[in-house]
Amino acid sequence: MNHSDNNRQIEPAQPVLSLTGISKVFPGVKALNQVSLELYPGEVTALVGENGAGKSTMVKVLTGIYQPDEGQISLDGNAVIFPTSNAAATAGITAIHQETVLFDELSVAENIFLGNAPKGRFGLISTNTMKRKARELLHRVNADIDPDTPLRELGIANKHLVAVARALSVDSKVVIMDEPTAALSLKEIEELYTLIGQLKQQGKAILFISHKFDEIFRIADRYTVYRDGQMVGGGSIHETTQDELVQMMVGRPVDQVFPARKGLLGKEVLRVTGYSHPTEFADISFTLHQGEILGFYGLVGAGRTELMQSLFGITKPSAGDIYIDGQQADINSPKQAIAKGIVYVPEDRGKQGTIQNTPIFQNVSLPSLANTLKRKLLNPKAEISLTRKYTERLELRAAAMDQHVNKLSGGNQQKVVISKWLATQPGIIILDEPTKGIDIGSKAAVHHFTAELAASGMAVILVSSEIPEIVGMSDRAIVMRDGRICLELNKQQMTPQALVQAAAGIGNAA
Amino acid sequence: MIQKIITSREMILATAIVILVCCIAYVFPGFIAPANLADAFNDTSPLIILALGQMIVILTRCIDLSVAANLALTGMIVAMINTQFPTLPVPILIVIAILAGTVMGAINGLLTWKLDIPPIVVTLGTMTIYRGLIFLLSEGQWINAHEMSDSFKAFPRHEILHLPVLSWIAIGVTLLFIVMVSRTPLGRSFYAVGGNPGAAVYAGIDVGRTQFMAFTLCGALAGLTGYLWVARYAVAYVDIAGGFELDVVAACVIGGISIAGGIGTVIGTVLGAIFLGVIKNALPVVGISPFAQLAISGAAIIIAVAFNAKSSRQKGRLILKPQELKG
Repeated sequence: MNHSDNNRQIEPAQPVLSLTGISKVFPGVKALNQVSLELYPGEVTALVGENGAGKSTMVKVLTGIYQPDEGQISLDGNAVIFPTSNAAATAGITAIHQETVLFDELSVAENIFLGNAPKGRFGLISTNTMKRKARELLHRVNADIDPDTPLRELGIANKHLVAVARALSVDSKVVIMDEPTAALSLKEIEELYTLIGQLKQQGKAILFISHKFDEIFRIADRYTVYRDGQMVGGGSIHETTQDELVQMMVGRPVDQVFPARKGLLGKEVLRVTGYSHPTEFADISFTLHQGEILGFYGLVGAGRTELMQSLFGITKPSAGDIYIDGQQADINSPKQAIAKGIVYVPEDRGKQGTIQNTPIFQNVSLPSLANTLKRKLLNPKAEISLTRKYTERLELRAAAMDQHVNKLSGGNQQKVVISKWLATQPGIIILDEPTKGIDIGSKAAVHHFTAELAASGMAVILVSSEIPEIVGMSDRAIVMRDGRICLELNKQQMTPQALVQAAAGIGNAA
Repeated sequence: MIQKIITSREMILATAIVILVCCIAYVFPGFIAPANLADAFNDTSPLIILALGQMIVILTRCIDLSVAANLALTGMIVAMINTQFPTLPVPILIVIAILAGTVMGAINGLLTWKLDIPPIVVTLGTMTIYRGLIFLLSEGQWINAHEMSDSFKAFPRHEILHLPVLSWIAIGVTLLFIVMVSRTPLGRSFYAVGGNPGAAVYAGIDVGRTQFMAFTLCGALAGLTGYLWVARYAVAYVDIAGGFELDVVAACVIGGISIAGGIGTVIGTVLGAIFLGVIKNALPVVGISPFAQLAISGAAIIIAVAFNAKSSRQKGRLILKPQELKG
């Protein structure tokens, strides 16, 4: 079997790990719906799908972090369950994550054998045996690393190698690589490919998750495509094309209806020129008009959120100018941004959006407190009426305005956050992934409201990783890749294929 | 409805205090004589004032371990000024005390804000520094009652409506704090910063500056208490109020101030301080050994924290679920 790696045909080999009919439901969302996955020894299977397609949920099921609600997992033909991540690891399943989950302050050898250290006399860890074995393992992955080196001194590529050595130390059958190249340089990526080749030769089954098509076609033997928690395709990578994969990823039945928009644009309200940051983004220029919805699409890590945070005054740019209503504007803090009519609705509701143990009205009034004061003192009555005015427009379902935010559902919490920003009466509103993780009904409400905002003359920037949302809502779309704008499309040019290809860098030299 | 839940937490504490006082009165009826209760309140007043300062610091997810050292240094400074210039009027000394305390609090705040050092480290350091400064200033000497002017010692003991000025100051600070915390933008920002620093930043609140303000106000109150303490006990030396910062933190915790920040009320803090005050004042009278007192205050702290932890755990559950949906 090891030497039957025929590129044209795949032998009817037995999968080492197969998952069938797996479903996983979270409140409001079916993250996985009867999906399957098969991994074969000595082969790389690419798992492909948009954000939210269920890839990460599947990885968590595989590694014992989530328990599936339905479905079967079988390893070497025997049905198994992984009640804990430890159980999955013991069964020989290892995951290497985008950001390695290793321990910076421990040595390389300690990282490799953490929780599994060779024992010597009296049950104590035998340092010498551990180092010797670590050296052997590192040699097997062609890594020139001293086992005594503290992990923090290694680059990301070498950390990956340590993670792989760790995988070998427990004699893994299956190695999961979740976007392993996201933070690597080209040279490091080449080294990773070599390593994957070695793992294949050793008969490991590899699950490779990536958004980059050139990678997938270079190293994968098989592919599996998920969309909206369902499996939509799979097979030998040599029997498909990039276009076909993109089609499978994005082509979906029209189950989401977006509000109709007139798309009447007013005058220019925001102009950004040559906006740059030392490490996160460079040379960003765009304009935004009254009544416009401008979509920002890109892969995770493309620099969209970082750009928006900088426009909102949280981080300082290194170059470039912002013009608001034709006037050059200096924005050094969120307070100044709010005063100039820019607001930012952040992506992470929990961390950045609401103050959980606090009444709804205190959340909503927080950035507008200055307008509700009475003789310089807080005036809860004015705060509550302000809150009522904006939450009613969003149809917030809450028992009372002094109800604590943590008693609300995710969708309603999102409405509290949006009300908070509307209450400052902004001219420009930046929505960062406004519908991430909320149920379909709340999503539609947010979409309708976004359209209404634009219709009322507000300028909207919509940062989203969901292609239908970008295509369905935006008047224009900007695609970012690696911290730069790589494409700008008007309504007519905007197709899912164009967006995916630009974001993944298809057609450009990698 | 929410208001009721909050008050009920304080009601539980108030009930506990009443039960405690009743038990003591059963053994020693003299304890509940009005004059004795007033004495007990007066003894607790410094703790109340300091706990209120500590409360706003803890609300912003910080902690100030230097309050007692600040108090002692300020007390020494005003006592030394008083011995040098006996004719200087007391109000000026009080202003000096508040200023000195404010500066020390502001130093804590600046180090936390500008250098981003964890507050527990900052104040552990300044605590030692402030204590050391007392030794340098006084060369280890005590300033005793006979060296202080009469007006200096008389002020906190002066009675208005049968209650000493010290008690009135505690009541006044409490009222001020009720207004400040619930009716000013600054008060609101303490809760916002502690409740969710991330959200506070996006709402245009400067988190570091808010923490700095909390430290500074806390320092000002410690300075004020420094004068009151030294004048009332008519003695100043290096170790006055040694370890008192722990009582102050304990009063806050018993009063329902969440160590994780963002949760707590003025009334709760005052009740927490009174609870500790009753234990410290009454138990010796009833003949309970000082060791049992320590054990009782310790148990009270753990019960209070367990109670708070339980109620906040229930509250966190709703947020986490949407997080799991990341595909």
